[in-house]
Amino acid sequence: MLGIDRIKCDGHGVCADLVPELIELDDWGYPIIRAGQIPQSVLPHAKRAIAGCPALALRLQTIAARR
Amino acid sequence: MSIAVLAGPAADHGMESLAEHQRRLGPLPPPQGALVDAIERSDLRGKGGAAFPVATKWRAVASQRAGAPVVVANGGEGEPLSRKDRMLMEQRPHLVIDGALLAADAVGADDVVLYVGADHTGAIQAMHRATTERPAPQRARLRLITVPVRYVSGEETAAVHFINAGIALPTSIPPRPYERGVDGRPTLVQNVETLAHVALIARFGDEWFRSLGQGKASGTTLVTVGGAVPQTVLIEVPQGLPLSEAVNAAGGITSDSEAVLLGGYFGSWVESSAAWALPLDPGPLRALGYSLGCGVIAVLPSGRCGVVETARILAYLAHESARQCGPCTFGLRAIAAAAGRVSGLTATPGDLERIQHWAGLLAGRGACHHPDGAAGLLASALRVFGAEFLLHDSEHRCSIASAAAAAS
Repeated sequence: MLGIDRIKCDGHGVCADLVPELIELDDWGYPIIRAGQIPQSVLPHAKRAIAGCPALALRLQTIAARR
Repeated sequence: MSIAVLAGPAADHGMESLAEHQRRLGPLPPPQGALVDAIERSDLRGKGGAAFPVATKWRAVASQRAGAPVVVANGGEGEPLSRKDRMLMEQRPHLVIDGALLAADAVGADDVVLYVGADHTGAIQAMHRATTERPAPQRARLRLITVPVRYVSGEETAAVHFINAGIALPTSIPPRPYERGVDGRPTLVQNVETLAHVALIARFGDEWFRSLGQGKASGTTLVTVGGAVPQTVLIEVPQGLPLSEAVNAAGGITSDSEAVLLGGYFGSWVESSAAWALPLDPGPLRALGYSLGCGVIAVLPSGRCGVVETARILAYLAHESARQCGPCTFGLRAIAAAAGRVSGLTATPGDLERIQHWAGLLAGRGACHHPDGAAGLLASALRVFGAEFLLHDSEHRCSIASAAAAAS
């Protein structure tokens, strides 16, 4: 799944544009990430969101590592 | 109970000296390889709030290969309703230090940091004096660090951050402190009460510890009982004891009470009718959706409104946010502001719906559990005081205030 460093995240919102299948934004523009495994078809978009995050706050992580 | 964390001289005696401590309990037991196994069999859980199994944490630290570990005895105690950690350090500093040294031996640490809230002056004095009473080889392993008291400064990554860099704010995980903590070394951050229990288990064994509990529960636990009782008191109770008996031991309730706040500001409101029978034991409480937290039992007095109290706590928690993560900085602030309007009978249309919506969006969205704690408290308040929230929000009325006005 997508993991996020909440301290680094500044709410730019780029991720929600790049991978809306996995991310929506709350009322303040901060990402709400869909839990669970990322579908194969969405994975390239998730990787673009990771690369495109201005704060470098996104990463791929195993579901067990989630908190 | 002749042997317990708070057994020994009365509270007004002041700190128990090293001589008194050793006369009562004997010397510090030598390092024992099997201590972690005894801790595991004792089912000792962390007393800082999360009730994490202590033996699991020790093994995680001991299994790291990134340098000699560090032990942090966490006496930051930022929870406003709790007194247990500061009073324990004031009265039984040597029990805490024994536990910290035993934990250090168990995980292979030389460096032991005694991390104490700077406002807790009695605790600082006692811990300082206790370190000076220790023989030089032990003293050389101990350093006392005081931290400005904030709600988050006792969070374990915040403790590590403060010791490393003087900034008592949580950091992102991974790495967790057991992987990379003080000076980049594996670090065991353990609440001071937990360490006091370790000092007794090392002397008297896990069977003795288990026998202290009531029913299936194990050991004792410190609780701070406040609110509608004669005075706020610290008591030690067998785990598994019904909540009502802890309140009775604290002098009993001084008024009717609608609800109890269990676990502190990160805890839950519970209707009194359901609260009295709850066993003070982390496992069964968790199964019911509650937590003993850091052992706070606060009885809501009659004449006090749960909506108002909840709004006050949310305002405090919003103010105490480290303001590092957006959902906590902005979401918690917005919730607190809306709850303030509702409680102050100045709600704007939709405030209560907004609070309910936002409350569901906080959990799991911070680097630490600050937003989770606030969300849990709020969810419990909406359950227990739901009708009163509705009355405040839609009719701008408070039934407690109305009753008081009618009586005068």
